[in-house]
Amino acid sequence: MTEYPSVIPFGSLAADHHGFVGGKCASLGTMIQAGLPVPPGFAITTRAFAEAGQASGLMPRINELLAATDITDAAALRAAATQAREMVTSWKLLDEHQALLDTSYAELCELVGVPDVPVAVRSSATSEDSPDASFAGEHDTYLWVCGIDAVRQKVRECWASLFTERAIVYRTEMGYPHDEVDMAVAVQKMVKPRAAGVAFTLDPTNGDRSGICIDTAWGFGEGVVSGDVTPDNFLVDKVMWSIKRRTISPKTHAHLLIQSEGDAPPAVGRVELPEDRVNVSSLTDEEIIAVAKLARTAERHYGSPQDIEWAVDEDLPDGENVVLLQARPETVWSKKHHAVGAKKDPMASIVDTLVNPLSARKGAVTG
Amino acid sequence: MADRFPSPFEIEAPEGAAGWHALYSYSSVFSEDRRNYEDEGFWFHDGVHWPEALTPWDAGVFEVAIASLGQYNTRHYLVPPAYGVDFRILNGYVYLSPVPAPEADIEGRVPHFMERAGFYFANWDRLYDDWLVKVRSLVKDMSELDFSPLPEMEDMEVITSGAGRGSGDRLLSTYHRLLDHVVTLWQHHFEFLNLGYAAYLDFFGFCKAAFPSIPDLAIAKMVAGVDVDLFKPDDHLKSLARLAVSSGIDDRFDGGSPDEVWAKLATDEAGQAWIDEWDKAAEPWFNFSTGSGFYHSDKIWIQNVEVPLGYITDYIVKVKEGVDLDRPVADLHAERDRVVSEYRELLDSDDDREAFDGKLGLSRTVFPYVENHNFYVEHWAHSVIWRKMRELGDVLQAAGFIAERDDVFMFRRSELTDVLFDLYAGWSVGAPSRGPALWPQEIERRHSIHETLKGWSAPPALGIPPEVVTEPFTVMLWGITSDSVSAWLNTGSDSDDGSLSGFAASPGLVEGPARVIFSADQISEIEDGEILVAPLTAPSWAPVFGKIKATVTDVGGMMSHAAIVCREYGLPAVTGTAFGTKNITSGQMIRVDGNTGKVTVLAD
Repeated sequence: MTEYPSVIPFGSLAADHHGFVGGKCASLGTMIQAGLPVPPGFAITTRAFAEAGQASGLMPRINELLAATDITDAAALRAAATQAREMVTSWKLLDEHQALLDTSYAELCELVGVPDVPVAVRSSATSEDSPDASFAGEHDTYLWVCGIDAVRQKVRECWASLFTERAIVYRTEMGYPHDEVDMAVAVQKMVKPRAAGVAFTLDPTNGDRSGICIDTAWGFGEGVVSGDVTPDNFLVDKVMWSIKRRTISPKTHAHLLIQSEGDAPPAVGRVELPEDRVNVSSLTDEEIIAVAKLARTAERHYGSPQDIEWAVDEDLPDGENVVLLQARPETVWSKKHHAVGAKKDPMASIVDTLVNPLSARKGAVTG
Repeated sequence: MADRFPSPFEIEAPEGAAGWHALYSYSSVFSEDRRNYEDEGFWFHDGVHWPEALTPWDAGVFEVAIASLGQYNTRHYLVPPAYGVDFRILNGYVYLSPVPAPEADIEGRVPHFMERAGFYFANWDRLYDDWLVKVRSLVKDMSELDFSPLPEMEDMEVITSGAGRGSGDRLLSTYHRLLDHVVTLWQHHFEFLNLGYAAYLDFFGFCKAAFPSIPDLAIAKMVAGVDVDLFKPDDHLKSLARLAVSSGIDDRFDGGSPDEVWAKLATDEAGQAWIDEWDKAAEPWFNFSTGSGFYHSDKIWIQNVEVPLGYITDYIVKVKEGVDLDRPVADLHAERDRVVSEYRELLDSDDDREAFDGKLGLSRTVFPYVENHNFYVEHWAHSVIWRKMRELGDVLQAAGFIAERDDVFMFRRSELTDVLFDLYAGWSVGAPSRGPALWPQEIERRHSIHETLKGWSAPPALGIPPEVVTEPFTVMLWGITSDSVSAWLNTGSDSDDGSLSGFAASPGLVEGPARVIFSADQISEIEDGEILVAPLTAPSWAPVFGKIKATVTDVGGMMSHAAIVCREYGLPAVTGTAFGTKNITSGQMIRVDGNTGKVTVLAD
């Protein structure tokens, strides 16, 4: 294998990196290449993991330990897994890799103008044979990680999440060797949303494919998704990029970041808003259009109507601050036909138009 | 909110305008004789074409125009649901009322419409080519009408040719011919227009069915032409400005009068070459009205050379500053193609795409007429009509019937036949005509009434509004919708914050100081960066669109001439606000949202 870097910014991730940055990082790279802005960050490639493991000399011992463990004995499994994770957590990055990680984190802090910028540190598994992030258990993602020391620590903990009990059982059952595992890690800026919400790439009230419908509220999008905040609503035309409908709702509450005491990470809580923010649009016109364009780009990229979550990150500069958090296919209207079914004979169609008042005509939507 | 507008019979004459009825045709005023019919109807003021109180003779042109509109719907093409548009004059202002075809007749009209309109759609390009020939020939005939004064003595040639008729006959028949030409002109005007709108409406309806929230503007943009005759006068001004700079004679355009500038130009070859270019452009393109073209008082560039000359002088400054005056034609084409292909891609099926292509194709076939006819009829031909009438005015003035040549427009269309007979009889008998003793005072009285009427503010509508406004031509031509009717009923504004709503005729959002102007004469008051607020804007105001930030009009819809020009110049526009010039005053900071059609006063 050719030499490849141990740390790669998301924006520089190319297709031929995908094998050693893991599925999560690869997908973030693909989104950025497609013009879908995600919160900035970088991938720590499998090289950092492999060389740290090699340098530690502990891999054979971990393999022996697990080979000798009866995975049907819960207590023994738990003990072996804990021991394996402790060993991995003790690994040190090679000096050159650590220097690159430190620089990359410092550059991220500089990019967003926040010292010790809070990041999410997530494991990014490399192959479909290994348990992917959703399988790897609760220790694979760490939110609100601040400062380089904490980042270094959480990177090792991500590596260690290869040795959760479930992952060990999975590999044993599938016959995958424990010493051939690989792990990449994603370090990504935590979004600090001034406003956030969801967007549909069609009008959910009537299935109109020319509309992009945005629900938005102050702070985190949780309130919009759960429905405990009444969002502002905008309908944008996806060809003309004009705002076709606006509804500003009274937003008495918002989900905002609340600092915790001690070392505990901050948490998102629902708080009452001051009166001067209640009836103010949670997005500027420029932001409305930016969110709509983001949704449209996702729709084009994935090739079908989308339901996206997005946020306006207050740490990022204007014009780059609208980020995509999640995209999934829209499922209600996408399945229906929306043919107009106008008469093809032009004269017959014109007669229809003249005789049937325009206002009485509706888009013919059939199931 | 009221549920009806005032009855026409409740509207009183403004003080000082008693007897105004006599200025207009007996058939065009509300009267007890037809009260049952008139009081049941819905009448809206057409401020798009006739924003001001009409003089008696101009009113005659209005009557001819609207009658012809009806004729094609009712009798030529048998538009299934629509007869014509009835018309009245109240306190000098125009009110219209669309007349539906009887419900029971609609079905029977359909096959006739299919056959007749179908013939026109199928042969559109050929028939439109023929139309251009007809109209140019008509303009030529009108230009050749001879209103020279009655001679002391007939020429010997009248004797030797054995003509057997003389100048009196010529004067009387020439006036009749002019009236006939006016009727023919308006016959031609509506030969295509209603069908053009019908095809456009069909595409419009299809787009609305496919995309219920598609902006009207998007539909207009897909159909509208990029190279339109209406822009040619302005294009020629720009070319002349460039020529002045490139040939180094721009210093002669120093704000002097046209005579002074022309005198300076005539001194050398470069200047003479410029004058030659001007002459080439001027016929016909500077037969361009600064108004709607429906008023004899609208200034025509070619007769008010200071108007285009002022624009050229402004353009020269811009050329020297290195400003690119060209309309971005390639960009406009590319943008139109983008809009079409993106909506097309969003359609559900290939069947829909086939229907979309067909309807868009037909709309684009008919649209050159919709966009261009206005120059040929309202601007060019009308400017000839007004000029010929002034020649007749000179004859009447010389004979002592009127004090000023323009007083000729204070006679009713039919009245002038009698006036000319009086003139002719006096001339032929060799005895006094009655007119000189009678008309000057009467004309003065009419002037005074007309002045009073001009100061009257016409309510936007009268009578009982329909539950929904669906008549397609009313919606298309006049921009009258159920929404605008309910906004008028709310008198003044249609929202709690006092903002105005109209058509989102051209996109964009800007804020700036308002400049309210009521006529073309005030155009020079407009300063850089202001937002123009006017009853309506005329296409010939194009050069001021380089100065202003946005436009708000009282009247007009998506396809009003003003809306077309605003889109072309990339300025936000909200049209048809009904009360823009009443509720906004010059100097107020306003916000114009051309995306939503909302206008808000921010501060005094």
